[in-house]
Amino acid sequence: MTVWDDLIGQNPVIEQLLSAARDADALVTATAAGADAAANTATANALNASKMTHAWLFTGPPGSGRAEAARAFAAALQCVSPDRALGGAPGCGFCDGCHTALVGTHADVEVVATDQLSIGVKDTRDLVRRSAMSPAGGRWQIIVLEDADRLTEGAGNVLLKAVEEPAPRTVWLLCAPSVEDALPTIRSRCRLLTLRTPPVDAVADALMRRDGIAPDLAASVARATRGHIGRARRLATDERARERRAAVLRLPQQFDDIGGCLKAAQSLVDSATEDAKQVAEEVDTKETEEMRAALGAAAGAGSRMPRGTAGVMKDLADRQKRRSTRTQRDTLDLALTDLVGFYRDVLAVQFDSDARIANADHHDAVHRQAATARPENTLRRIEAILACREALDTNVAPLLAVEAMTMALRAG
Amino acid sequence: MLGAMAKKNASDDLLAPVTLAVGQEDLLLDRAVGQVVAAARAADADTDVRDLTPDALPPGALAELVSPSLFSERKVVVVRNAQDLSADTVKDFKAFLAAPVEEITLVLVHAGGAKGKALLDAARKVGAREVACPKMTKPADRLAFVRGEFRAAGCSATPEACQALVDALGSDLRELASACSQLAADIEGPVDEAVVARYYTGRAEATGFEVADFAVTGRAAEALERLRWALAVGQPLPGITFALASGVRAIGKLATAPRNARPGDLARDLGMPPWKIDRVRQQMRGWSADGVSVALRAVAEADAAVKGAAADPAYALEKAVVIIARAARSRG
Repeated sequence: MTVWDDLIGQNPVIEQLLSAARDADALVTATAAGADAAANTATANALNASKMTHAWLFTGPPGSGRAEAARAFAAALQCVSPDRALGGAPGCGFCDGCHTALVGTHADVEVVATDQLSIGVKDTRDLVRRSAMSPAGGRWQIIVLEDADRLTEGAGNVLLKAVEEPAPRTVWLLCAPSVEDALPTIRSRCRLLTLRTPPVDAVADALMRRDGIAPDLAASVARATRGHIGRARRLATDERARERRAAVLRLPQQFDDIGGCLKAAQSLVDSATEDAKQVAEEVDTKETEEMRAALGAAAGAGSRMPRGTAGVMKDLADRQKRRSTRTQRDTLDLALTDLVGFYRDVLAVQFDSDARIANADHHDAVHRQAATARPENTLRRIEAILACREALDTNVAPLLAVEAMTMALRAG
Repeated sequence: MLGAMAKKNASDDLLAPVTLAVGQEDLLLDRAVGQVVAAARAADADTDVRDLTPDALPPGALAELVSPSLFSERKVVVVRNAQDLSADTVKDFKAFLAAPVEEITLVLVHAGGAKGKALLDAARKVGAREVACPKMTKPADRLAFVRGEFRAAGCSATPEACQALVDALGSDLRELASACSQLAADIEGPVDEAVVARYYTGRAEATGFEVADFAVTGRAAEALERLRWALAVGQPLPGITFALASGVRAIGKLATAPRNARPGDLARDLGMPPWKIDRVRQQMRGWSADGVSVALRAVAEADAAVKGAAADPAYALEKAVVIIARAARSRG
């Protein structure tokens, strides 16, 4: 087992990362052996020549495993396996360095992800400060920014300087769905890595091998999610997720009259709200109780708070509200993605294409839809769904945005 | 003019030992206090008036205030925000209520509600004179208030004039009261609409729901006018798109609901109160299914625009209103 095992169908990228990790390792070993003063200038020169660099931008469609690739690379950089001296590749997956980096407890690997809508300037400033520290373990100080696409414009600008000329042993690993999601100024300071959508067979294979999913189910969910490994696993293991998906795919049959459209929109938004509420119940109550305890309030929800703590509690409530908005949007987004998949299948049938139908279990509905509409209607419908995603992104009231979409789907 | 509106209970003696002014309408509270003070001054021009807030009343301060003075002068003690008095001071007040002093007139100004209810109850128990000063929330209440003001000022005003005044000034009672007294002072003879228009024009309050009601009945001109007022008085824009969306949505829902369903079931299925269903029935006459579709999409576009997608949100709203009004007449 190596650190690269979790990356499915990404061989070219793995190769590139592996050679970079090899050069990085050579550099660390050389520095450790030589005198420090001479080595510091040598570091800069050697970095220029080698396949290693200080800032990387991992891009790839959702489900291609950007964050996993970044973590695996971080682990390989921190690998302290004795095999390296004998010519073994870094990233053994067993040594202290690899293991702690992968599970997220390595002292020099900081993973930044957010469960909120965006990463702001304040958090980023703090991150820049921490990035200037020397690595405690003597190898690399690594910062993995999993949601670089969620950096606000201001936060991106705060990062510029730090990403351009970091401390000698600091490495930035940024992840974003596409190059356009990062500011051009950030983009130009990073080495770009592009991950591809893993092939359906590779995903099915991974599900069978790693999670012990039955071959039939693995193949069908891999096809249904079109190579999104995380979603495929979720569908394969979570009965509720399968039910919800089926419910979403039944929606197009309701689009015949206005009332049906409005009802479908309502049910989509309701299920997203429900989801957000569930997360809130699981996490928020506990979080609030912990915060109250930390501030010195007596146990129990109604007890009086100490003086001067109202502001802190309000901050927490605001944060929870933002997280709930994010959860709601993510759920809606998932449903919309499923709908796009449905119409993609319709289009494939209409064009008689040999592309395989993703939603084989909704074969009848797809064919019925294909028979009643023309390809241009289907394309317009796909456009409408994408427009709805954009509208949600610009903060249009969710119910209104989804209603407008169902109306457009009805009109065709 | 004083006391035109304040409702009084049976014991109408302004100089009762204890007066309670209960409510949150500042103007009425001030009037209740002013009445007592004026009556006390009328009875004895040397009356000493003490107007106090809870922070000026630490425990024990009341005893000092109400202790008999050498010259046995009358005293009016007004306590504002009596609901905020500390527990110890409330104890003092209860003791005083049980054994009032003859030349002291106490006025407690209390917001009502649960806070500081003990004091309120104690005062009621000893038979305090109570003046209710509730907030006026209904337009009809405000209209009645304006009529009462004119009557109290000995000035006759037409109903249309009263309505125009309420439309132009909105919900602030103080403003309404001062407008009435100014008109009454300036105008000789009856106050009519033309007079009000000379002093006050425009509309102080316009809501998104009024815009929506006009738009979904196809009255584009009125809807646009109301929209312009709403924008001018600073209504939040997302609130307007919300109102437009819910207007169109209600029509879409009701249009496809089964015709012969019982009103109760219908109300539950559609999540609307029964009175609203009747109103939407009236509104949906000219609508077609495609009209709903077009209108709703226009509203969604306007919502994106007011949230930053367009340079001129006002234009986006106007466009949406026009599209809705056109859709409201789309049935051939």
